[in-house]
Amino acid sequence: MPATTAMALTSDQADDPDFPDPTMKLHAQPAPSAQDTGVSGSAGTAPAIAMTDLRKVYAGVPVVDGINLSIPPGEFFGLLGPNGAGKTTTLRMLLGLTPIDAGSVRVLGMSIPEQEREVRARLGVVPQFDTLDPDFTVEENLLTYASYFGLSGPGLQQRIEDLLDLANLETRRHARIDTLSGGMKRRLTLARALINRPEVVILDEPTTGLDPQARHHLWRQLRRLRERGVTLVLTTHYMEEAEELCDRIAIIDAGRIIACDSPQALIAAHVEPWVISLNAASARRFIADPSMLPARMLEIADTWLIYTADPAAVRAELESAGLPHATRAAHLEDVFLKLTGHDLRD
Amino acid sequence: MSRTRRPLFPRPSLRFVPVWRRNLRVWRKLMMPSLLGNFGEPVLYLLAFGYGFGRLVGELDGMSYMVFIASGIICSSAMFTASFEGMYSAYTRMAEQNTWLAMLGTPLTLDDIVFAEAVWAATKGLVSAAAILVVASILGLVADARALLALPVVFAAAFTFGSLALVVTSVARSYDFFLYYFTLAVTPMLLLSGVFFPLQEMPGWIQWLALSLPLAHVVEIVRPLMTGTWPTQVALHLAVIVAYGAAALVTATALIHRRLIR
Repeated sequence: MPATTAMALTSDQADDPDFPDPTMKLHAQPAPSAQDTGVSGSAGTAPAIAMTDLRKVYAGVPVVDGINLSIPPGEFFGLLGPNGAGKTTTLRMLLGLTPIDAGSVRVLGMSIPEQEREVRARLGVVPQFDTLDPDFTVEENLLTYASYFGLSGPGLQQRIEDLLDLANLETRRHARIDTLSGGMKRRLTLARALINRPEVVILDEPTTGLDPQARHHLWRQLRRLRERGVTLVLTTHYMEEAEELCDRIAIIDAGRIIACDSPQALIAAHVEPWVISLNAASARRFIADPSMLPARMLEIADTWLIYTADPAAVRAELESAGLPHATRAAHLEDVFLKLTGHDLRD
Repeated sequence: MSRTRRPLFPRPSLRFVPVWRRNLRVWRKLMMPSLLGNFGEPVLYLLAFGYGFGRLVGELDGMSYMVFIASGIICSSAMFTASFEGMYSAYTRMAEQNTWLAMLGTPLTLDDIVFAEAVWAATKGLVSAAAILVVASILGLVADARALLALPVVFAAAFTFGSLALVVTSVARSYDFFLYYFTLAVTPMLLLSGVFFPLQEMPGWIQWLALSLPLAHVVEIVRPLMTGTWPTQVALHLAVIVAYGAAALVTATALIHRRLIR
């Protein structure tokens, strides 16, 4: 009976050490099956998320083209890639929202899509687009979302208080959704995703469109989750965000992982440690042949980027030519541009 | 080559209840305008047609026109209310507000969600029919207590009409699309199914056409119950209603699945 399997998953949460509150009533608590009870205990070694040769083809075009990925529990993992690289499709397959053409996805030791219900009971999702319920207030949104997990009781009320506090929305609890700012909506969406104390949180471009203050607030929340041992998977277009937050990053292009490592290791492996930038027009007047420079060049828009391990030598040449320039350490965006090119993607 | 074939029949779980309650909670906020539409308008029809037209018609099938039309309007209002809910409201939740998408981040599946929407449409159809039944009984248009037995039938019928509406919703690209269904299916069904005039007056082929659609069967059960007699061939009428409902639910779930899980 599908109804009984659906209800069985709530027993996992009752056994979960992160779910200690006995006053948080669950609607149905049948006896947990043998393999279910072992999951949280054995999670130390098994990956939280494992994708094996994952593939998705739309109209003959491979969108996800053989992705292999293993994310250990507690890791903050970033998926980077140009638009259309397959990031969102990969996340959708992880959630059971996109049928898998080939390969497999396992989350918390369970198979997608066969056990999507059980998996989603232990997951938190922050979607790319706003899916808050406009007919409800802030608090009602949390309450209603909790009901989809089968959560109720006084424990839930405390949980909602905690989440309102975390999202800094206590004073707006009775506000309608359309009166909230973009930052408030995002904070509420994150709070909503945490209602079931998820072990894994999936975030699809969570900070797109936010101002720097709101972004930093969200970063702080995400770091706190990381400290509590939650596994996080994030997609973003902001390289500094990925570099700042993620333990490990996969750069995806055309449905494949083209590099996967910690931000520091990616920078060390793929680009020279220093970047000197100068205005392209003036640079061209003085340096007739860029290949003469002891460095790698990249022209983006109207800026020349000179990548070098020996910035002193390059700077000496530029200074002798009287060219204004700026030197900085290489960062993740340099890796990204080198690996995915700088053609516009639509 | 999708490896995991979806089973043909949807397998909703009891988790559909919170989805139904979510819709109830929203409806309670907007209850007044909603009730006015689902209940006020049919009552106006009942009064206008019943008193105005009824005076010209006199008696129909041995009952006053007012009594005749009261039972018809209970059925048609359940149909309209459930259809409206399954189209405009469900489409809003599916395509405009992404309510279903948010639900898919929780242990709910589309089987639960679509089933909950059908039950919710049935609930609204039932509420509207029950409200009209109250008015009809105050006006003395209801024979006896067996009229209450009409309510479970109306609920089943509204489930069917809600599910049919969800099929339309599953392929809709905008609200305008629903006019096709209303104009080509709901209105003809309303006019042909014995709501405003007896089906027996019509040519044989029209009667067959009407009986191939669900609304006529609802009227065939509800009208006798409201006028103090027992309906005949109840099993047959119910079978048509249930068959339409089951087929529509299966179709709607499959099409909505194909639309959203891609």
